[in-house]
Amino acid sequence: MILVEDKDIVVPGEVLAEGEYYAGRGTFKDDSKVCSALVGLVAIRDDKISVLPLQSKYIPKRGDVVIGKITEVRFSMWNVDINSPYSGILPASDVFGREKRDMNKAFAVGDILFMRVVDVDEVKKVKLGLKGRGLGKFRGGILVEITPTKVPRLIGKKGSMINMIKDHTKCEVVVGQNGLVWVKGKPEMERVVEKVIKTIEAEAHTSGLTDRVREMLNQLLGIEEAEAEKEEEEDFKEELIQ
Amino acid sequence: MQPVVPEITRTSVTNLINKGERTDGRALDQYREISLETGVIKKAEGSARVKIGNTQIMIGIKPQIGEPFPDTPNVGVFMTNSELLPMAAPNFEPGPPDERSVELSRVTDRGIREGKIIDLENMVLIPGKKVWMIFIDMHVVDYDGNLMDAAALGAMAALMDTKIPTATVQDDEVVIDYENMQPLPLKDKTVMCTMAKIGKELVSDPSLEEESIMGARISIGIRSDGTICSMQKGGERPFEKEEILKAIDMAQEKTKELFKYLPES
Repeated sequence: MILVEDKDIVVPGEVLAEGEYYAGRGTFKDDSKVCSALVGLVAIRDDKISVLPLQSKYIPKRGDVVIGKITEVRFSMWNVDINSPYSGILPASDVFGREKRDMNKAFAVGDILFMRVVDVDEVKKVKLGLKGRGLGKFRGGILVEITPTKVPRLIGKKGSMINMIKDHTKCEVVVGQNGLVWVKGKPEMERVVEKVIKTIEAEAHTSGLTDRVREMLNQLLGIEEAEAEKEEEEDFKEELIQ
Repeated sequence: MQPVVPEITRTSVTNLINKGERTDGRALDQYREISLETGVIKKAEGSARVKIGNTQIMIGIKPQIGEPFPDTPNVGVFMTNSELLPMAAPNFEPGPPDERSVELSRVTDRGIREGKIIDLENMVLIPGKKVWMIFIDMHVVDYDGNLMDAAALGAMAALMDTKIPTATVQDDEVVIDYENMQPLPLKDKTVMCTMAKIGKELVSDPSLEEESIMGARISIGIRSDGTICSMQKGGERPFEKEEILKAIDMAQEKTKELFKYLPES
């Protein structure tokens, strides 16, 4: 017997179901009861019950693509902050091959990189790599941080959400699995994207979000365009007066 | 350890400020939302909780009777202490006060001391032997930039909220009457305004992100009549003379707004 409904908010220890059900992520089994292990939203798929946390920290997983920042340059590797309790390392051999070059000239402290998690060992030492399409250092743009559980919602089904944002604002947007998002475009457009991303993060659990985001985009961009036109008009008038 | 600031954030925030805008949409001289409550700690004789944006500080005032310093037998004593709680920010560590904590308490202390805010001459019971001692304790519970302004505003509000028991001297003995509480003798009010230099501009009330990329900052303490009573410069970069004069003008303007949060008296 399931005692909760899909998308209900639950707290740790709350009984979700009694009887023959699978305990999915974010839940545990106590005799025949399935209980929540965290604060989050219930997701019921057939007879599997899981809880999606409202907020989370990124736990590195092999194969993920993440955005990280260089925190230290060492003799043969870089230390990278990947917005996680565990910090990553990027070996110099991965960047230079067998050649020996100045580490600081390649990547300095404070640089932002798009990387792949190559390996996570049993003590959570995270090895990162740059082999792959689109991986490397970012130049310009801004960083936006969201909680990693909301990343799938920001991307949307087959990238529907993220592509819509890109189309509307003409910005480049790159989403890392660790909850960091890189945005580059016109400065005012970057701010629009930031605002939209924050809205998606806050309203990730509600339905009909894609439509509302489209409306919001139209509204934000509409205002921008109107303002630009107004300014142009005023400039034009001034010119006439002169 | 100072957290590493991404190079692209530094560039984008600086560019935005050079154009006269800020990441959170404020004007260059605009404060975040300020809230101020007094009397929040029942056990303290005076207290305040101040919030500027997400920055939050709790302040408690504790009076006590004690011996004055030997070189100033005829004035009361006051001391300011601050604590940067580890829960306020990832880079605040437990343990003895560090540089930032000492700076915060000293700058707040300076504003109140040099502004001659507390009527210390009126707090002597037996000269050289017994005087009132006032302890201002500030606890930073959430850190999102601009601790100085929050601390100065909160400490002032807490002092104005303070009630001390009546103490009289009978046969060289101090008798304390807890039934009759009276306000702390204050002569004036003071608040502080902090400006950060980012790019070519000065911005007031810097947020945590702005503080992490600023070249320098200057905090100016001002009394209610507009006289300057304290100043503190921080950060690695220098200020030019014109910039300091501009900062003073901005502080004069902004402190007028800050005084409105303090109760009338």
